[in-house]
Amino acid sequence: MINAVKRELPEYIEGYGKVKPFIGAYENIGEVKKTSVKIKSVKPGENKVLPSLRDALLKCGIEDGKTLSFHHHLRNGDYVLNMVLEEVAKLGIKDIKVAASSIFPCHAPLVEHIKNGVVTQIYTNYMSGLVAEAVSYGFLKYPAIMHTHGGRARAIESGDLRIDIAFIAAPTCDTYGNINGVEGKSACGSLGYAIPDAMYAERVVAITDNLVDYPACPIEISQEYVDYIVKVDAIGDPKGIVSGTTRITKDPVGLKIAKLAAQLIDESGLLKDGFSFQTGAGGTSLAVAAYVKDIMKRKNIKGSFAAGGITGYIVEMFEEGLFKTLFDVQCFDLKAVESYKNNKAHQGMSASMYGNPHNKGAVVNNLDVMILGATEIDTDFNVNVTTGSNGIIMGGSGGHSDTAAGAKLAIVVTQLTKARLPIIVDRVTTVTTPGETIDAVVTERGIAINPKRKDLLERLKDSNLPIFTIEELKNMAERLTGVPEKIEFDERIVAVVEYRDGTVIDVVRQVR
Amino acid sequence: MRRSMLFIPGNNPSMIQNAPILGADSIILDLEDAVSIDEKDSARFLVRNALLELDFNGCEKVVRINSINTELGYEDIDVIAKVKPDALLVPKATEDAIKEIDELISTIEGEEGFKLGSIKLIPLIETAFGVEDVFNIVKSSKRVAAVLLGAEDLTADMEIKRTKEGEEIFYARSRIVSACKALKVDAIDTPFTDINDFEGLKRDCQRAKLIGMTGKAAVNPRQIDTINEVFSPSMEDIEWAKRVIAAYDEAQREGKGVFSLDGKMVDAPVLARAKNVLEKAKAIGLIKE
Repeated sequence: MINAVKRELPEYIEGYGKVKPFIGAYENIGEVKKTSVKIKSVKPGENKVLPSLRDALLKCGIEDGKTLSFHHHLRNGDYVLNMVLEEVAKLGIKDIKVAASSIFPCHAPLVEHIKNGVVTQIYTNYMSGLVAEAVSYGFLKYPAIMHTHGGRARAIESGDLRIDIAFIAAPTCDTYGNINGVEGKSACGSLGYAIPDAMYAERVVAITDNLVDYPACPIEISQEYVDYIVKVDAIGDPKGIVSGTTRITKDPVGLKIAKLAAQLIDESGLLKDGFSFQTGAGGTSLAVAAYVKDIMKRKNIKGSFAAGGITGYIVEMFEEGLFKTLFDVQCFDLKAVESYKNNKAHQGMSASMYGNPHNKGAVVNNLDVMILGATEIDTDFNVNVTTGSNGIIMGGSGGHSDTAAGAKLAIVVTQLTKARLPIIVDRVTTVTTPGETIDAVVTERGIAINPKRKDLLERLKDSNLPIFTIEELKNMAERLTGVPEKIEFDERIVAVVEYRDGTVIDVVRQVR
Repeated sequence: MRRSMLFIPGNNPSMIQNAPILGADSIILDLEDAVSIDEKDSARFLVRNALLELDFNGCEKVVRINSINTELGYEDIDVIAKVKPDALLVPKATEDAIKEIDELISTIEGEEGFKLGSIKLIPLIETAFGVEDVFNIVKSSKRVAAVLLGAEDLTADMEIKRTKEGEEIFYARSRIVSACKALKVDAIDTPFTDINDFEGLKRDCQRAKLIGMTGKAAVNPRQIDTINEVFSPSMEDIEWAKRVIAAYDEAQREGKGVFSLDGKMVDAPVLARAKNVLEKAKAIGLIKE
């Protein structure tokens, strides 16, 4: 069958099940059901603190075929996923399904567990490094299932993704299971991605390197959800958890793109009092924020909120009064952690509140402008942030599709060519985010507006912005680089890319 | 219009490829100081191919050749002039060198069927002798379209310290501006070398503009916006110029030769200045026709 972004999909995928094709970004929203969870209630006097991870696994009833979940707030410094799977392997357990909200290069030991059959399936929103390569080369028994951040929350809440045991890396946890991310040597700030896991897993184990007396304060994930607590020496490497500072790019091409994007935002009419904004932590995205900040200050604009993963730069804008509040699902640096800890208007949000299309309204729905990246974008404005130019998985949606769908103006910022390859192509290798949710592409040589946005094109027709059709931008790129040869794939499906509503937007096939 | 002239190393393909989109009025593809001796040949051919293949997006294409005190300079002219850059930037320019290069280019223009005089020359004044002889240097060829001051080499030649404030180059700047204005060519100021000091860059541009420099060289793309801003007419200048022209038109209708605006007499030089401001503003798109 062919889905709404013209991808051919099988009716059924072994290890995944029946395929529900993507039918449009806003078609599958309305009445939905949430799942119920079987939990084990706790009597007064019971002790939740266990001496070891092994005890926790055994108490939680670990056995072959279970689904274990992990959050990625410790990013590339995370120790917890590796330590849990090592213990699982020692117990001789097989066929584990790992539901990790993201997988980073630090999770390379997972490759051995994949090869040994300890792990046979992965659910994730983003993966990079050796695990992503192993999946791309077909080592995983069943296809990996790639969600969006909001889509993962939806899958958990609906019961599409049933978690047997959630392991929550807890920078601080008290003896009865109250958790926060702002205290302790592994402080990472908001724990937004772990919240659906805590609420919907059958068993929840907090793993902490900062076990404190009851009650911890503040409480982000509360005792009512936590079955057991295990203290370890370290849950992560602070160097990999948060970067010291996030920096604006000095690359002149990145700055040119950022400046054009800021001008587009200004011309769009959205940059006025009450403005809301989200951008990533990359150098060019931050540079967009810097140019937007200049315009806001010059025009004395007071914004409403900034959202998403929060960086120190966005915190600075907030502290200067340019935004009334921050919605923080994840802190990207120490300045953001500090602000999240100390400022009441710097609010945490769960992954569901952030981007779940099947709740009663996610924060992304209230975004005016979203700045997005792309590895490839095609002439239908479909974006690939899942696979690289060699066909190997090197990312995933994360919040890409969620924010694109919600924001009034979703802007992809990208260089027209990268490493001698054109970024605008006829057909992206993998569709991560559908073109119908992308409003504009900004490159160093010009801007393309999605022809569906007739209102925006009309508004911009007298501006000085360098506006081209996306085909014209593609031709400019190809003039510089030529047209690269197509990547060859085997038939076997190694990953299923789910749109945020749980339909299948694309599949990734094994690289040759 | 040469408000900003951006130096790009002639041996860096990705920088050359991206140079035209950075906002500079002129791109100077550098074959001299930016390129080490063992890369001179490859850089020359890279720049040649870039001039042949790349769309420079309306930017002026200038190539800084090596000095003709060495064989390298002659080889540069032979290869580069044949692909018709807009101008050659001549290091440590002297009157004799400009005359000789003029002749060499004329021959190439004849052979290649280019319009005679279409390739311009920009002498780089970077010695005390050059400063003292700048009028003759400019006058020595009709190809000379601008002069660029190179203060780093100049202060080395003069054995004086180069400072951010630039008092030590006040004389050189003034002398160059005077010669350029006399001979109606552009006077381009020396680069500001601290690429992270944007306030300092702005002050340096303003000092240069105050005494008549018409543009400035940039050694980093991030300097372009500041340079363009200072060397563009301000909105106040444009408004003033529009009012002068409006008052002039009215005076013409009423048959008055001399007229005043805001209590000040407007004579021919003031009118000329106003026209000049509006022409510049049109050229850079600040006002529409």
